[in-house]
Amino acid sequence: MRNLGLSWTRLANLVPVLFGITLVSFVLIRLVPGDPATQILGNRYTPEAAEQIRNSLGLNDSILTQYGIFLRSALTGSFGESYQYHRPVGEILVDRVGPSLLLVAVTAVLCTLISLPLGVLAAVKRGGAVDQGTRVFFTLGYALPAFLIGIVLILVFGLKLGWFPIGGYGTGLAGHLYHLVLPAVTLAIPFSTVLVRSLRASTITVLESDFVTIARLKGISGWSVLARHVLRNAIAPVAVVFGVNLAFLVGGTVVIENVFSIPGMGSLLVGAVATRDYPVVQAVSLVLAVFVLLVNVLTDVVHRLLDPRLSVAVTR
Amino acid sequence: MTTLVDPAQLGGVRLSRARWLRLPLPKALRGRFSLVAGIVLLAAIAVMCLGAPLFTSASPIDIDPLNPLAPPGPGHPLGTDAFGRDLWARVLYGGRYDLAIAFGATIVTLVVGTAIGMLAAYVGGWVESVIMRVVDLFFAFPFIVLVIAIVASLGPSLRNMFIALWVASWVGYARIAHGQTLAARRYGYVVAANVLGYSTPRVLLRHVLPSVAPLVIVFAMVDAVGNVLLGASLGFLGIGVRQPTPEWGSMISEGQAYILSNWQLSLVPGIALVVLGVAFSLLGDGLADVLRAEQ
Repeated sequence: MRNLGLSWTRLANLVPVLFGITLVSFVLIRLVPGDPATQILGNRYTPEAAEQIRNSLGLNDSILTQYGIFLRSALTGSFGESYQYHRPVGEILVDRVGPSLLLVAVTAVLCTLISLPLGVLAAVKRGGAVDQGTRVFFTLGYALPAFLIGIVLILVFGLKLGWFPIGGYGTGLAGHLYHLVLPAVTLAIPFSTVLVRSLRASTITVLESDFVTIARLKGISGWSVLARHVLRNAIAPVAVVFGVNLAFLVGGTVVIENVFSIPGMGSLLVGAVATRDYPVVQAVSLVLAVFVLLVNVLTDVVHRLLDPRLSVAVTR
Repeated sequence: MTTLVDPAQLGGVRLSRARWLRLPLPKALRGRFSLVAGIVLLAAIAVMCLGAPLFTSASPIDIDPLNPLAPPGPGHPLGTDAFGRDLWARVLYGGRYDLAIAFGATIVTLVVGTAIGMLAAYVGGWVESVIMRVVDLFFAFPFIVLVIAIVASLGPSLRNMFIALWVASWVGYARIAHGQTLAARRYGYVVAANVLGYSTPRVLLRHVLPSVAPLVIVFAMVDAVGNVLLGASLGFLGIGVRQPTPEWGSMISEGQAYILSNWQLSLVPGIALVVLGVAFSLLGDGLADVLRAEQ
């Protein structure tokens, strides 16, 4: 455990945060103005149906009992029943979690492929074409809404050139990956600008450190120094940047899944807003928050594996 | 994020630009390309959107069933949408909503979030612990998911979108203001002000705030870009501004169905959105430089 940089105290610290996330998700649904049952039913309102919904939401119990019921349903993974699909929300989530996870994973891989060479090149040849280009793109990419990038990619590579499908999820792993190319590129463009800039900054710091100078003085070739001494040290801080910005990436998938009609958590969430399917909204926000939290723990572990000095500092 | 850009190098670029940029500018603006460009762009957008009737005589919401999807031409400089509404008029009037989101959402959270963060750091004790734990919790949620969830509970509308943005985004300012206030409490002049027996509000406003303000103002520019994009995203997803109100995000979404034949329906509001975002980015970069130079 210690080698992974995970201590029991670190894990124990997660408990109150997880608890708080359930609390926020629980409180969210209490924001519904007036009687949620009336809101949910709309023009299908009958007193009996309203009473049934109040019972299923537990609105007739005390607030503490309600929270207890919510916690239990979250822990068992059922999350209550969806109004729209008339199925336990947990079952729906199981269907929807795959596409979203795959999209995040493909985007992460793509970002690495884009930002690693660009970031290092920008640092090695400071002020060069790559450096200036990525700087301009950084200003622009930050102001570029992801859904607009998606629409342009659909127009060019989907409709005009016909290289990639313009939406859907396909069948089989190959089909899934093929359908996820455009969505992943869409997300990777704004996300990798952040990574390129931070990789550039950390590479420059490492390039100026003593051990790189010594490696050079020993006569080791430029590329070898870069690959074996610089990169390893430069990547570690970028892993943290990645973790910090992961929430941003997950938020991006919510929008992009809707642009490309991918049947993931994001399209589930947006669909649930329109139909006032509160249990689904509650469950999706809870699951996404927990996901971001867990990946942040994971990036901590990766950070420590890449930079063993951090683990030494902890055990001291 | 602005700190990732190497200021020394940007300075070199800016100096060379300043030589030809010898406009009759106030001294504070001279040689500051980003700042000037940001202000000019933003002012141009504001004039065009707020003064929309000066630039078009068409109505942004009047339907013309005989002229759907008209190409650009006389009468309709950019053509019409599927309902025969003038695209140029819709872009101009629609920008008002995006500007309102940029300023309305950002200014409130800037003031409230900063005040909460400074108070938390100054009061300390359990108040500080509770506030900062709440801040941590909000950061655990992907921002847009939190906003969507709040809008979902309150019901989709422009007003509720503002409430959701306020509720979800004060935490960034609170965290920055909290950190800087903790640091400022140890500065000599703040310690001196305390020793002199000045009241807490006076110390906070006159001695601590000047060191907190630059940080939160620069963050506010980044946040404004984020808010504009988020507001547009919600409009795009159909849970922000509702039909027939023109708003750039929702216009992009409406135009998506006609992307092959009438691509300008999506791309013109899209470009407008990018220009607004770049204006705030430049303004943020410029302000960061000015404030850094002053310190």
